[in-house]
Amino acid sequence: MGLEFSKKSIDKIKETLSKYPEKEASLLPILHIAQEQFSFISQDVIELVALTLDINSSRVKEVATFYTMYNKKSVGKYHIQLCKNISCSLRGSSQIKEQLEKILNIKVGETTSDGKFTLNTVECLGACGTAPVMQINDKYYESLTPENLKAIIDSLN
Amino acid sequence: MKTEKILTKYSHIKDYHKIDTYIKYDGYKSIQKVFELGQKEVIDTLIASQLRGRGGAGFSTGMKWSFIVNKPFPRYLAINADEGEPGTFKDRSIMRNSPHLLLEGIIVACLTLEIEIAYIYIRGEFVEEANILEKAIEEARVKGFIGKDVAKSGKKVEIWVHRGAGAYVCGEETALINSIEGKKGQPRLKPPFPAEVGIFGKPTIVNNVETIANVPYILMNGAQKFLEIGIPKNGGTRLIGISGHVNQPGIYELPMGFSFKESIYSVAGGVLNGKKLKAVIPGGSSTPVLLPEEIENLTLDFDSIQGAGSMMGSGGIIVISEGTCMVKTLLTLEEFYAHESCGQCTPCREGVPWIRDIVERIEFGHGKERDLDKILSICDNMMGNTICALADAAAMPAKSFIQKFKSEFEDHIKMKKCPFNLKN
Repeated sequence: MGLEFSKKSIDKIKETLSKYPEKEASLLPILHIAQEQFSFISQDVIELVALTLDINSSRVKEVATFYTMYNKKSVGKYHIQLCKNISCSLRGSSQIKEQLEKILNIKVGETTSDGKFTLNTVECLGACGTAPVMQINDKYYESLTPENLKAIIDSLN
Repeated sequence: MKTEKILTKYSHIKDYHKIDTYIKYDGYKSIQKVFELGQKEVIDTLIASQLRGRGGAGFSTGMKWSFIVNKPFPRYLAINADEGEPGTFKDRSIMRNSPHLLLEGIIVACLTLEIEIAYIYIRGEFVEEANILEKAIEEARVKGFIGKDVAKSGKKVEIWVHRGAGAYVCGEETALINSIEGKKGQPRLKPPFPAEVGIFGKPTIVNNVETIANVPYILMNGAQKFLEIGIPKNGGTRLIGISGHVNQPGIYELPMGFSFKESIYSVAGGVLNGKKLKAVIPGGSSTPVLLPEEIENLTLDFDSIQGAGSMMGSGGIIVISEGTCMVKTLLTLEEFYAHESCGQCTPCREGVPWIRDIVERIEFGHGKERDLDKILSICDNMMGNTICALADAAAMPAKSFIQKFKSEFEDHIKMKKCPFNLKN
């Protein structure tokens, strides 16, 4: 294994632990911190988090696999998550999906060969008033149109 | 009807999310009010205001608070900011535009109920909103509203932001509690209710963001003034989120009892592209769909929408115009619920994906005549037979879509294709 948390992550973990009377409550936040550093939650990361909290790794794994935001496999530098639920689909998210697939030359669930973009669809991002919506890493991009979509991707490329 | 705004009165003002501006517009005044009134009178005022939970269930907030007053310490407050029901995006607007209004309500709740720690459980995707809240908490700490000595009263209140990680079911209060404890977000059996056994096994109140943001106004203006906005038993305003096929989708603060039709045709600018209205989902994706004639005389409040056989729920209105395939729309919804079922109860874990599969085969021309009865029977076997309401949330749209658009489902089955999809 040999994975270690960075100094920055360790500081954040310490701060997180101080917010809860029971340390296991820090599991979700620590998995977020781990994902920020390692980009996805591998078995090695699960072991590291288990060691940090002094809990069984199966406890960490059941939580990491229950919640969809913890990536189970590596993602590109820009993780595009396009909402496909009702308000977005009523406002044309499937056209946005087709266009993204065309621009990036990948299908949903895939990563570009240069490792830059991963494209996924997600269930409701909670920004229905500005549909269609996508999230790239932490940032929301709202009121998408074929025109502004291309500009957004170009700005990252 | 009085149309005063409670939650968005100042939200258009520049820098309202910053504490100095917020204080300038009467912010944080209700904290002093708690000390003046004391616990009993604060709770009595809330009960008298008939404030009902804005998360979906519509339970009396004052009653909920009263359940915890004789319970042992420590007690916890959890704020439900896990906004995840498709069509719902109101709490996000409060957190983005008026984070201090939320914090003020939380501090009032904590001081009233002798709670020292509050967790804001925010959906994991809302990273920007979580950062806004963190910043606001820091500002309030510097001003002495949060910390070991709130407003020099000797009372301690801490507020922590706890990010979820992408699980709709965590919006259910006991799943939310499990998730704060670092567990899988699976709902618990009730009773015991959170007021008895909540976070870390301690008495806990769980309130929605919009609910708690109403509290400062009620304390400052009294129950009567709150009740005067809206209609009897349904006081105050609602943040109505209108999305889908309208010209001006968005969040609008409207008094309870406002005309449903007007909210679509006047407030949200009417149906997109001048089309005719086909259907409306009135309160988030789980609430039974309504036909245009059913909203004719409807008003935006709990009782009126319930009278029409649906629910006000989270206040998220989804507008669907003519030319939209209702089978495909239902498929979109069932894909969501099948994805979000936590897997704990068999009727939901097996039933919802089963419904999704059947709707999918109908949409793609492989439906059989008996499929509609099959879906309805699966719905009946799910509803009321699970720990939480997710199974019901998946069953209600399925039942109401089939009931109200039956011929459209039958056309798919007869024609062996989707009549709306010209490609197949």
